[in-house]
Amino acid sequence: MLEIKNLTKTFNPGTVNEKVALRDLNLTLRDGDFVTVIGGNGAGKSTLLNAIAGVWKPDCGSVIIDGVDITSMPEYKRAKFLGRVFQDPMLGTAADMQIDENLALAKRRGKRRGLAWGIRAAERAEYRQLLSTLDLGLETRLTSKVGLLSGGQRQAVTLLMASLNQPKLLLLDEHTAALDPKTAAKVLEITDRIVNESQLTTLMITHNMKDAIAHGNRLIMMHEGRIIIDVEGEEKKKLTVEQLLDLFSRASGKEFANDRAMLS
Amino acid sequence: MFLDWLGALPGASAQGMIWGIMAIGVYLTYRILDLADLTVDGSICTGGAVCAVLVTSGVDVWVAMLAAFAAGLLCGLITGVLHTFMGIPPILAGILTQLMLWSINLKIMGKANIALPIRKYELLLAQIKTLQSILVLLAFVAVVVAILYWFFGTELGTSLRATGNNQSMSRAQGINTDFTKILGLVLSNGIVAFSGALLAQYQGFADINMGRGAIVIGLAAVIIGEAVVSRISSNFAVRLCGVILGGVIYYFVYQTVIFLGLDADLLKMLSAIVVAVFLAVPYWKKRFFAKPHRTKGGENHA
Repeated sequence: MLEIKNLTKTFNPGTVNEKVALRDLNLTLRDGDFVTVIGGNGAGKSTLLNAIAGVWKPDCGSVIIDGVDITSMPEYKRAKFLGRVFQDPMLGTAADMQIDENLALAKRRGKRRGLAWGIRAAERAEYRQLLSTLDLGLETRLTSKVGLLSGGQRQAVTLLMASLNQPKLLLLDEHTAALDPKTAAKVLEITDRIVNESQLTTLMITHNMKDAIAHGNRLIMMHEGRIIIDVEGEEKKKLTVEQLLDLFSRASGKEFANDRAMLS
Repeated sequence: MFLDWLGALPGASAQGMIWGIMAIGVYLTYRILDLADLTVDGSICTGGAVCAVLVTSGVDVWVAMLAAFAAGLLCGLITGVLHTFMGIPPILAGILTQLMLWSINLKIMGKANIALPIRKYELLLAQIKTLQSILVLLAFVAVVVAILYWFFGTELGTSLRATGNNQSMSRAQGINTDFTKILGLVLSNGIVAFSGALLAQYQGFADINMGRGAIVIGLAAVIIGEAVVSRISSNFAVRLCGVILGGVIYYFVYQTVIFLGLDADLLKMLSAIVVAVFLAVPYWKKRFFAKPHRTKGGENHA
């Protein structure tokens, strides 16, 4: 499904701000894997997701999705394989456009955009039905501007957009980090449902260790641009936060440090 | 005195509509794409120059206007390539194209000024035929608004709006934002050059200086138009008509201050000050009058 080989990325090379974000990283995802990603400050989690999404080119290594090497494919072209939700709720949607227009934009991801009408009547019915599954009352607000929604509502809409057209890979970059705990829990619940229903292969960064253990079938922990822990199945289910921290200090020789990490 | 002022209003309406069409071009870049494009100071003159040169050499006026539109598309393409392919910030890209166009426009015309009198040529509009001009302009306004209303409802048009709204989201949804930005700049300058062709016919000449400060008049029309119609409707066609209305209001005010005896040399300064103040209003509102924001949470705000 997803194959990442020897991926390396250094920011600001040759300057005092030089930062190796990814070091010779290898990762293979199987179809339907739901992988949670945790790691300390600057471990390279977001860098990994951005490398897959094509925000910039890696220094070396390759990213392969379903046998297609997308390493040098521009961001907008590889978008057809990917669904993305960002940490900042503002980033995933167009604020001045209506909810249905945003969904229609996502529906056409990876397709040629011509002079056909931007949104068809039949689509509206489909979107209304999809929005009703969120249980946020958005199905009656199809023509509201997205900018009027709360952060949590926007993330939920972005999730719907990302999951339209069955992307090969769903990338969630701490998509609940900017939300209050109650809202975050709700958005995570929606995430679980969408991923399970559509059997989406998913990479989810989180700063909450408990969430990382509770969700998905596999967990990886990153440190200094490498994957240092990779557990799955029964072994992952039985993990506790303490064991995880212990694994971390043994693998890295350091204490776990993340300004935002929630350990309990 | 009052009757003189009244008598000047039809002419002001015609001129206002021409600048209103130009301002629609500005609206496309400034409001929809969220790029301030200064190419327009040059491309409006390119439109006038191309139209004047062709008509005076015996080409049909419709063909001449089509050629002016096409020339405007090319002007936008230059700025678009400078901005996307060469990575130059949009304002600077526009200024560079504008400077290039100064030379190009002189080369097109061969001199600084070409007379285009209606008694010698078959034109669609002219200052001395005010009523005819107004009717012709109303028809053009209707066509431009209708085409743009249709276009921005299409998949391609929607992707342009998305680009102006949120570029990272647009790319994540598979939109080639470089392409949409170029397309917007091309379309915008095509419309601006077309209005230049109308202006050259209306005033009876094309002049190398006819575009100086055009961006400011365009912005003024956009801002006035928004202030007038934003409470009535958020419908896109209404907004575009608002921009036309903004141009007309601008010229009504222009005529009025001239009749009040203001030195015409000061008008450009006055326009710039008015636009500056209007641009500052939203910023001041946010800075000095914003209510303290409370973050909401809970069941209704998941």
